[in-house]
Amino acid sequence: MRMLRAGRWISGVALALLAGVYVRVLAYTPVEASQGLAQKIFYLHVPAAIWAETAMVLVGLASIVYLFTKDPRLDRFAASSAEVGTIFCVIVLTTGPIWGKPIWGTWWTWDARLTLTLFLFLLYVGYLLLRSAVVDPATRARYAAVLGICGMCEVPFIHLSVYMFPTLHPMPIILQPGRPKLPGSMLTTWLLSLGVFTLFYVGFVVQRYALSYLREQLEAAAGAGGIGHA
Amino acid sequence: MLRAEGLRHSFGAVRALDDVSFTVNPGQTLAVFGPNGAGKTTLLKVLAGLIQPQAGRAHVEGGRRAIGWIGHQPQLYGQLTVNENLRFWGSLYGTPPSAELLARLGLEEHANRQVRALSRGLVQRVAIARALVHDPRVLLLDEPFTGLDRIAAEALSRLLGQHAAAGRATVLVTHNVEEGTELATDVAFMRNGRFVHFAPRSGRGALQVGEEYRNAIA
Amino acid sequence: MPLPDLLRHSWALAAKDLRIEFRSRTAILSAVVFVVLAFVVFNFGRDPTAVPNVALAPSILWVTFTLAAILALNRAFNLELENQAFDGLLLAPIDRSSIYLGKLIANLVFVATFELIGVPLLILFFNLRLLPYLGPLALLIGLATLGFVAVGTLFSAMTVRTRFAELLLPVLLLPFMILPLSWGVQATVRLLAGRPLSEIAGWLNMLAVYDVVFVALALLLFPATVTE
Repeated sequence: MRMLRAGRWISGVALALLAGVYVRVLAYTPVEASQGLAQKIFYLHVPAAIWAETAMVLVGLASIVYLFTKDPRLDRFAASSAEVGTIFCVIVLTTGPIWGKPIWGTWWTWDARLTLTLFLFLLYVGYLLLRSAVVDPATRARYAAVLGICGMCEVPFIHLSVYMFPTLHPMPIILQPGRPKLPGSMLTTWLLSLGVFTLFYVGFVVQRYALSYLREQLEAAAGAGGIGHA
Repeated sequence: MLRAEGLRHSFGAVRALDDVSFTVNPGQTLAVFGPNGAGKTTLLKVLAGLIQPQAGRAHVEGGRRAIGWIGHQPQLYGQLTVNENLRFWGSLYGTPPSAELLARLGLEEHANRQVRALSRGLVQRVAIARALVHDPRVLLLDEPFTGLDRIAAEALSRLLGQHAAAGRATVLVTHNVEEGTELATDVAFMRNGRFVHFAPRSGRGALQVGEEYRNAIA
Repeated sequence: MPLPDLLRHSWALAAKDLRIEFRSRTAILSAVVFVVLAFVVFNFGRDPTAVPNVALAPSILWVTFTLAAILALNRAFNLELENQAFDGLLLAPIDRSSIYLGKLIANLVFVATFELIGVPLLILFFNLRLLPYLGPLALLIGLATLGFVAVGTLFSAMTVRTRFAELLLPVLLLPFMILPLSWGVQATVRLLAGRPLSEIAGWLNMLAVYDVVFVALALLLFPATVTE
């Protein structure tokens, strides 16, 4: 219960900070030369994309440790991270076209970064579907861990693919070899946005984790009175 | 030969094994009686190494190579012949099937027929042959008499008797007290994952054991 | 478990699968029928004056083989569910990895069978000049196939005991298939356009690395899918 409230509080703070970041984005950050106002969505889109990928990596890491320790908390964390990662994917997949329409003239392009976020989304959906298809909690945790690890190992291949395809998508400006190419105030805004999204991730995961823990308690209480099977 | 220590295992909120401990020595046959859902199959699976118990240990001398399993599912491939099945399973244990095994179970004339073409009674006999192909020192039986006709049931009982006489260990779980008692040297009643009774048979007959079982479980 | 035993058991398992499959011929036939059907449909579905065959051929080839592979993968562990033979495999004193390897080998043989039938059919139906590229093409197809069959075999061990198994497997497999598939098709396009081999070397390398990583991963993770 405490955890749930803490999670909500963190998310609330993050939301408020996000509003603050956006004020900065719109009013205090210079407009980018070649792309104009539409470029501003980059501050939302890219941090979300980073966390969408990071969430998958965290799912994978938690899964690896789970297979060794069988600690259900890790499984709960992995599930929460996966759900939050899915949300972030949806954010990217919706903000991408919103940005794309004025710049590229189409809602969807098969450019590398969007396509690969789509793959990430598919990985998450598969993970969540697998979890929902298995009834026994221990088996579910094991299977999810296997899939989570595979998903995490897929991420670097997805990343490499970006560099292999010529694309409409701007090459990564920040996460690329060498120093970030972004000028001062834009970089600051971007970093602030990244910080906000980090808070969002933490807040959502904490909430989701708390909810799933509460649900398990409820199920255990309900099941203890029933007739079991062996 | 076979030892269980403090076995505990749950499936979600259901406790299938609740602190089960016992030993079975060579030549002994332990019959575990219990209603459905008591945890009998889980116990066997833990002994066989199919399930890792959440607490406690199970030890079978000789490991998986020494274990033979007879359940109500035959564990055979329908599209393969009797010989092909036995040769395949034997190869996993490193032993070729012997003609003597087929003879003992009356399967010689069916050796080259596909398993799916055989009658249920014959399939059961092939399943028994499969379990014995590597001459296991420990037999684990899960409701083995289910669906067996008279002849097959007698053949199985005879076989189990021979197995025990040869100094092997057997654990037999069933909810049918009549069939299991005669073979047993030791008897246990299982309910909700625990042994509520565990003692040598000491000459008790099926009727008496059945009576005690119903009293214990009811 | 020592390597020779591991390989011996894997081979015994694969041989058993192959014997059963070639005796019943259900999966292999449905895969071949599917391949032929797909090629025929693709042929009638295009405007011959507008689109040259060689432009469509890579897509047709890769889509068809991928979907047919899923048909084969669905069958892999189904076989063991009848008569609970799978428990028998788990009881046997063999390494869990040999169960995976055996299934992988059997699945690869099935997929290779309809690929070997499919490529000549493709050449025939679409009148393609594939012979000069046959070597690199075979390598591409081989590497990509290994990639998604390796992952598919691992996943089918899990999905076989869930509800909607036949639906869940393709859904889980999709993101893992798209990568080798897209690399394969990109490389095939360049290959058939007569580009020098050095251009497709990048994709071949990616496929090879992908294969190594995921076969190793599958071998490591498979025991977790079967021990309770």
